[in-house]
Amino acid sequence: MGANDVSMIKAAHIGVGISGQEGMQAMLNSDFAFSQFCYLQRLLLVHGRWSYNRMCKFLSYFFYKNFVFTLVHFWYAFFNGFSAQAVYDTWFITCYNLIYTSLPVLGLSLFEQDVNETWSLHFPELYIPGQHNLYFNKKEFVKCLIHGIYSSFVLFFVPMGTIYNSERSDGKDISDIQTFCLIVQTSLIWMVTVQIALKTTYWTMISHFFIWGSLGFYFCILFFLYSDGLCLMFPSIFQFLGVARNTMNQSQIWLSLILSVILCVIPAFGYQFLQPLVWPVNVDKVFDRINHCKTRPPQVRVRTKLKHPSLRRSAYAFSHKQGFGALITSGKTTKTKPNKKNSFPVKK
Amino acid sequence: MAMNYNAKDEVDGGPPGAPGGTTKTRRPDNTAFKQQRLPAWQPFLTAGTVLPTFFIIGLIFIPIGIGIFVTSNNIREIEGNVFMYYGLSNFYQNHRRYVKSRDDSQLNGDRSALLNPSKECEPYRRNEDKPIAPCGAIANSMFNDTLELFLVANESDPTLTLIPLKRKGIAWWTDKNVKFRNPPGTESLKERFKDTTNPVNWLKPVYELDPEDEDNNGFINEDFIVWMRTAALPTFRKLYRLIERKNDLHPTLPAGRYYLNITYNYPVHSFDGRKRMILSTVSWMGGKNPFLGIAYITIGSISFLLGVVLLVINHKYRNSNNTADITI
Repeated sequence: MGANDVSMIKAAHIGVGISGQEGMQAMLNSDFAFSQFCYLQRLLLVHGRWSYNRMCKFLSYFFYKNFVFTLVHFWYAFFNGFSAQAVYDTWFITCYNLIYTSLPVLGLSLFEQDVNETWSLHFPELYIPGQHNLYFNKKEFVKCLIHGIYSSFVLFFVPMGTIYNSERSDGKDISDIQTFCLIVQTSLIWMVTVQIALKTTYWTMISHFFIWGSLGFYFCILFFLYSDGLCLMFPSIFQFLGVARNTMNQSQIWLSLILSVILCVIPAFGYQFLQPLVWPVNVDKVFDRINHCKTRPPQVRVRTKLKHPSLRRSAYAFSHKQGFGALITSGKTTKTKPNKKNSFPVKK
Repeated sequence: MAMNYNAKDEVDGGPPGAPGGTTKTRRPDNTAFKQQRLPAWQPFLTAGTVLPTFFIIGLIFIPIGIGIFVTSNNIREIEGNVFMYYGLSNFYQNHRRYVKSRDDSQLNGDRSALLNPSKECEPYRRNEDKPIAPCGAIANSMFNDTLELFLVANESDPTLTLIPLKRKGIAWWTDKNVKFRNPPGTESLKERFKDTTNPVNWLKPVYELDPEDEDNNGFINEDFIVWMRTAALPTFRKLYRLIERKNDLHPTLPAGRYYLNITYNYPVHSFDGRKRMILSTVSWMGGKNPFLGIAYITIGSISFLLGVVLLVINHKYRNSNNTADITI
């Protein structure tokens, strides 16, 4: 498109430029640029939709994991004289967002797909949630917050109930603050890992590596930070000497961990199952149909590239005068009738 | 505004005006990674996966809960080792300012930290112009009551037999052998601590905590180590002494009347605190704590119930969904 379309491109939410004979200006000012108009379909229905989906999942998960992380201190405040004593080791606080939970979130944002590109093109109705802001809005944020509050409640009170007036299997203390911190930390990491595993619907090898790898990495770092060598070198900085070794061999710790994870996951799991069943949105019916088709071989014909120019349906978008847009898209200006099989019904 | 379409689709982008020239293609590689076609597992939640999960959770948790609960509540004659604890209530060992008030370098035997304790220990850092060893509020508030247990022979004969209480083996192995160390040196312990003074609230200095046993004196005194492992909650118990099993023939604490002698040194009235003594045996999952058992049974039952409820809902809504045909 030409240079007079630059203002239109800049004003739009997303400006798309088509590189062609009229020069590079429109292309340089646009957010996306490609060479043919037909690529717009892929941009919207495949990439745009995936991008919206990934963004929403990322946002709701990120808020959730930080709510759980922080709100545990609210519950602990009632038991530590409101002195703002942390429930975690200071090194855990440093590493939580930076190391332990960064890669799974990255994997979710880069690779997540709810349906693959073929189905995305075949069912343009799937684009509607993006237009109606369905996947992340105030209501979703509040749901995320409530889930975070509930998870933090479980995350605090299950370990507290476990260590309250309890001892190790050899009679020695288990209800000290360092053991408590370790239990809460480990339960938290497991909890957010299982939560992101529930959210991920497209498990590539990379997703497996990021998610389970981060969990394993947490345990490696844990034993490193609480090892003799490091703690003896800097006793005032690394104070949790021996806590991991002494705590991880207690069966009640693992039982408490399993309990907190299951307690947190059950509501989300149940809701994810119940919501498309009892309060379905239009998109859920489409997903149902897709899942139904997946069990049988799909009869979708992959759209072939148009090589013959005469079959190509050209459409230009004029921005300055009203009326031409409707004329062009009505199809009256094309030579041949459009092939019904290749066009998709557009909902009016 | 006609656009000349290039029939060759292979080359896209790039400046026009170089037809037939060898313009470098900017098309991304057609690999699975770059075209987002990586092989993937795409699970989706159906009734077939969710409902069995709820039932399985219920079926696994309930027996585990019953097992834990029974273990915890097992009342038997006291055999095996018996552990004596002292308990404190309304004592906030988890207050932020309190938890920080220690010097782990000093407790590890570092000579420079011994004579120059960390600033975190303020105001229990120096006293009468000498560094306090061990410094800090945690050490200063160490529990110093003495408890003794006697068995009364029988109703008519009031002689008391002292039950032997073992005072070593009560702290974590890593604490006793790695984390806490006395300052190094060949001279006596008193000499090694000579330029320091005892904490303000202590009756005796740190090198007199157990004069009979060198291995339990100074910073490596096990009562001190147990106290320094600060509790997480305001009501807590700490291991005080161990009553060892004599042999398989006699119970460790035979049935009868016992006499507990308390040397009261530790005042708790000012903050409405309470003290208690606990005798307990342990099992594979620790002391008597019914919480986990009850929690497992409850959650298992709820999960099973939810499974049933979801089954009913699923049945009802699936049927109604199937009647309204979806055609797109």
